[in-house]
Amino acid sequence: MTTFGRGLRTLVLATVLTIIVALALVFFYAPLDADQGFIQKIFYLHVPLAIVSLCGFVFGGLLAIGHLRTRNRAWDMRSYVAIHMALIFGVGGLITGSIWAKASWGHWWDWSDPTLTSFLIVLLLFATYQPLRFSIEDPERQARYASVFAVVAAAFVPLNFIAVRLAQQFVHPRILTLGGGNLPGSMRLTFLVSLLGMALLYATLWKYEMTAKNARIQVRRLRRSLLGDDSVRPLGRSAAPS
Amino acid sequence: MSTVLAVLRKDLRLELRTFETLPAMALFSLSTFVIFHFGFNQAAIAGQLAAGVLTVTLLFAALLGAGRLFVAEREQGGFDAFLLAPVDRNALLVAKAVAMFIFLAVLEVIAVPAFGLLLLGPPLGPRLPGLIAVLALADLGLAVIGTFVSAIAIQTRARDLIAPIIGLPLLIPALIGTARAAGPLLAAHGSGSPPTKWIAILALYDVVFALIAYAVFDYLLED
Repeated sequence: MTTFGRGLRTLVLATVLTIIVALALVFFYAPLDADQGFIQKIFYLHVPLAIVSLCGFVFGGLLAIGHLRTRNRAWDMRSYVAIHMALIFGVGGLITGSIWAKASWGHWWDWSDPTLTSFLIVLLLFATYQPLRFSIEDPERQARYASVFAVVAAAFVPLNFIAVRLAQQFVHPRILTLGGGNLPGSMRLTFLVSLLGMALLYATLWKYEMTAKNARIQVRRLRRSLLGDDSVRPLGRSAAPS
Repeated sequence: MSTVLAVLRKDLRLELRTFETLPAMALFSLSTFVIFHFGFNQAAIAGQLAAGVLTVTLLFAALLGAGRLFVAEREQGGFDAFLLAPVDRNALLVAKAVAMFIFLAVLEVIAVPAFGLLLLGPPLGPRLPGLIAVLALADLGLAVIGTFVSAIAIQTRARDLIAPIIGLPLLIPALIGTARAAGPLLAAHGSGSPPTKWIAILALYDVVFALIAYAVFDYLLED
């Protein structure tokens, strides 16, 4: 008998604490933006959401490599949960980005921002992950094909960003670059704490869903061995690994 | 290599005898040009607009062709026969991608002159060498991704839906590269050579996805 939720409580506590600190920093410490005022504070929600989501997609691809190499279905489940969570974060990032664009540029959508555009394309690609899974009935093949898709789609993420970035003649000032960007120190600290909080939230939710799925599988297995095959309802066709 | 040639020869012979895929792709392209003519309500287009129309038409025609790529294998048990044969499985990917590339090249021999005749404002002749270079690179990407997506979709229940919804987002970088490379070419006073930057991006895209598809194709076949 394995316990799946090990470490989950610590992770939850760390996440709650970090997010509270991040919110406190966002509202009481970080200075108001000179141009955009209060609405700029959505930046501390939107950018971490988007970054964590993209990392989650790539993470899902890396886990899928594990499945293809080892043939262990546990890796497929990890990859599925990673992409599933990243999709939810991605939709959140897109909506907050749209609100920010409306507030600061006056449009809900701005094609001239390469990051927003390439993010949409990546999201469109990964949105086909679930329909693809759902459309394959054999669970073993479903896992294999989904892994192949996840690997290719993860490799697509950086290439897509290069292509879209170059496609824009007019590029908005980069707020955050790898070299540190031009963010003032107090804003950068707030941003980094928010990013950490969002990453921890992702990790917590990922672990939580994994725990729930593993526990459900184990309950089914126990019921079947104790009460016989008739005691568990047959699994319906599903996009989720089981 | 001989496996690639054998499968390729089989595919080309099948197409020559049935004339199923290519005429459909060509007719689709012509209809699309007519549709764009009425959609824009313009007799002649040039520049980036023309490049976009040409690229989008070829992209959709390619997806149409890709959907048919593995149908014979699935219906006639060709997959099982191929798996039973002691050959490298990637040979199937290479053969299908080459077949797809040939289909696209033949399609463009028909569709590009038709485009020049029906929609394009500036004369096609001087722009042809540059356009051929751009389209060759675009075809490479379309062939690789088309084959890959088709190989995934053929094993799913909703295969007519899965191939385009996966293929379209995956092909967006290639579409950007092709349209932007062809845009200056098709402009009214454009230069004869496509911009190097976009040629480089198209080439990068082709190489990266050809390698990735080659690496993962194995896993799509085993059963």
